[in-house]
Amino acid sequence: MSTLTSLARAEAVVAERAQRITLVRHLHVADRPLVFVPLTLAGEANAPLAAMVGDDPDNPTLLIVPQPRNRDQRFAFAASLAEVVLPYVDSFRGDVEAVAVNRGKDIRVRYADAPQLLVPNPGGVAFTRLFGRSTRFRRTDGDYPVHPSVPLLGRWLTWFADRAEHPGSSALLAMTEALTGHWATGQSPLEDAQLAALMAWIDPPDGMTGTQAAAAAEDPVTCPPAGPTTDPGFDNEILAPAIEAYERAVAADSLVERRRAELEDVLRTQLEPTWRLMWRAVALLHDLPAGSRVAGRWAEDRDAFTNHCSHLDDGGVPQPRRDAAVAAAQRLHRLERAQASYDVQRAYDDPMVMADHRLTGEAFVGEVTAADPTRIDDSGKRRVLRPRITVTTADVVLVTPGTTLASPHRPTNQKATVVSVARNDAGTAEVVLELTGGMGSSLTPPAGSVPEVGERLCWTTLTGFFFPAGAFPSREETPWTHGGPPAPYDDDTPTAEDAQEEWS
Amino acid sequence: MNLAERLATIRGGVAPTRHNARTIAALTSNPGCARRAVLDCAGVDKQRLAAHIDHPARFGQSQFAITRGNAFEAQVKANGCAELLRLLRELLDLDIEEVAYDDLESVAGREGNDLRYARARTLLTHAAAQPDQAGTLFDHPLLRLDVAGQQAYLEPDLIAFQHAGRFHVVEIKSFAVIDGRADPGKVAAAAIQSAVYVLAMRTLLEEAGHDPEIVSHDVVLVCPRDFSNQPMAVLVDVRKQLAVLRRQLSRMTRIDALLADLPATLSFDLAVDDTGVPTRSPQSLIDALNEVEARYSPECLAACELAYFCRHEAHGCTAALGKSVREELGGIERVETALAIAREQRAPAEDQQEAAELLRAAARLRAELLSGVA
Repeated sequence: MSTLTSLARAEAVVAERAQRITLVRHLHVADRPLVFVPLTLAGEANAPLAAMVGDDPDNPTLLIVPQPRNRDQRFAFAASLAEVVLPYVDSFRGDVEAVAVNRGKDIRVRYADAPQLLVPNPGGVAFTRLFGRSTRFRRTDGDYPVHPSVPLLGRWLTWFADRAEHPGSSALLAMTEALTGHWATGQSPLEDAQLAALMAWIDPPDGMTGTQAAAAAEDPVTCPPAGPTTDPGFDNEILAPAIEAYERAVAADSLVERRRAELEDVLRTQLEPTWRLMWRAVALLHDLPAGSRVAGRWAEDRDAFTNHCSHLDDGGVPQPRRDAAVAAAQRLHRLERAQASYDVQRAYDDPMVMADHRLTGEAFVGEVTAADPTRIDDSGKRRVLRPRITVTTADVVLVTPGTTLASPHRPTNQKATVVSVARNDAGTAEVVLELTGGMGSSLTPPAGSVPEVGERLCWTTLTGFFFPAGAFPSREETPWTHGGPPAPYDDDTPTAEDAQEEWS
Repeated sequence: MNLAERLATIRGGVAPTRHNARTIAALTSNPGCARRAVLDCAGVDKQRLAAHIDHPARFGQSQFAITRGNAFEAQVKANGCAELLRLLRELLDLDIEEVAYDDLESVAGREGNDLRYARARTLLTHAAAQPDQAGTLFDHPLLRLDVAGQQAYLEPDLIAFQHAGRFHVVEIKSFAVIDGRADPGKVAAAAIQSAVYVLAMRTLLEEAGHDPEIVSHDVVLVCPRDFSNQPMAVLVDVRKQLAVLRRQLSRMTRIDALLADLPATLSFDLAVDDTGVPTRSPQSLIDALNEVEARYSPECLAACELAYFCRHEAHGCTAALGKSVREELGGIERVETALAIAREQRAPAEDQQEAAELLRAAARLRAELLSGVA
């Protein structure tokens, strides 16, 4: 969090409504996302209780596990979930596009669109990961056979959960995080973790302020929690008797269908409010203009989707329970690169995000007050064109001579070196910059390649989109410090033991 | 009026609620809150108090979680803790065949705290004095800890394992460890609770003249493995938590110092009538609460029964938005003040100059950027 975001929170308290903290949207919102609201049984290790899932706001699929501790019913739940998720995922394996690679010498193909899974909160992401973990090693034969769709579902859920760790990916989003990335509310970040209260601040019902709506949204009776954990009051007073009634019906073999339907109704009351909130949130995010680099990041998601499809088609093994040393180091490196690039991209896309850097002196916006576009530097062996410009700014300037800056507003994010910084009495600063690129190689600058007097520009020390790829040893060459080479596919292949792993 | 009498007045004519490791761990997470210190020291039933003044606490426990927790604990302890012993043997690399098992749970449930504590002390110090004896598991020993100058008894939700003169605290938790990883929040909570027990046991043994270090800082955490009911045990090093706990406990203002500044008539007596219904007016309780200063932060919502009342009271304070927000707003207490300074509608106080500059710059930037989209 930054001073700007904190100030926006203060403004939200007084305005009694959430305040925007970005000018654009920094994530991709699919035209047809799959909304998934899971519930678990309290106290159990990720035991599914119910879920509402679907890509049509008016037509959700409700899945329930009437006896959540029953192993067979859990796998039946997994199979029904697979009936919704797998066709949805498959529906994106149609249109493809060609992408030039290797400087245009080759092309590769990727899917023109990709699936997007939306869950209410980080708990929903954790559920997705753990449910993927508990299903992807299952076998379709042997002692505890499951429907073939179950392990496949597990591998897709794991793929989504892995993407969720990737900064800038939109394949699996936790709605509370998506919203708090764009709005600041008048409550604490802890309270923002409740989807209903968060939405109340952003989009309160008519006739209510955000403060009032958020207070109302905290009542678990009218606004059930967005899961995966259910409200303890609901568990004790409503769910437990309904499960007992169902169990009695099964034991007596009478009215089973009726009791099951009652249980469905009870669970629907807990899921439907969140389901509606999710789609309202999708619409709110959709209405924000997308940042210019969002499409590029979504293309990376589409690449990842395409790659995972090929991996499955080629009969690849499921994702390991834990990464081996080299794979773990590579993953970490990938995530760090993605984070660095995502941070820069957001700032370049959004003046409001750049404003954070302006406050800390890592960027400034000012007007060009002098320009020497034809300046030649002849101090070296070769005469080179090195135009200089003077930028006058009211921002805090903490850059020092010699620093390389880039301008998000200029073509190819033109680069320049700081020559001098002079502060004057009026509280402004004059920064002399020497342009180092973007002017071609001739000694006269092409039209428009040097900023003109009167232009308003942002210059920043955030220059690195490029974070060099690290070099890692192959799996077989894992150094002894990291345990040496792992046994071949030891970690990867599901064993018979995995398939029989007990489910309490 | 001595301290005990004073605390009894504050509590009213009811028995004090008992501390557990969780409440002490929570206490140390906000040691600066005088309201909480006074209420907890006096053993006031905060849950009931909060409900009566119409700001009820919202943490209940699901019966499913309780059932599962109990079932798992029973499974681990079944047949004289056979399963637990197997785990301990593997984990601590012991070659013992069997151990004694002593349940110190109160037999009739009528024993006083003092008596139960004395029994636990006798048995534990006896074991410490005879390290050659076979290992022993002490279930539910009642321990106590000095909290703000007051002895607090701990709800005994632990097993103390003694072998060869060394003690280990064993905590049985029903959250799962999946592929060697568990929910970090739950592990952290379990670690700090265990640290409370380690500290209390060390205090007990030290008072009896033993080396406190014979209680290991490695506590044994027993959890279900993966998605099954199979228990597994891991050692959790709680040295860091112990250090935090010790520091926080020593920093807590002594209760008598806190009480010295409060009116002698201060009381949170609900004046319950014969049918168990509180008769004291909520307003007079709120007035009493207002006498004692609170230090609300959003983390209180997960730890303190009175949090919703304090949050209501703290509306408009920057601290109610979270510690980092407060810091980023220059430590200014009220939201309106911070905004007025940011918008140059109010001159900053001397110590707010630096913060004011940053706030003004931030406000200018926000105004400049939002004017484009509004």
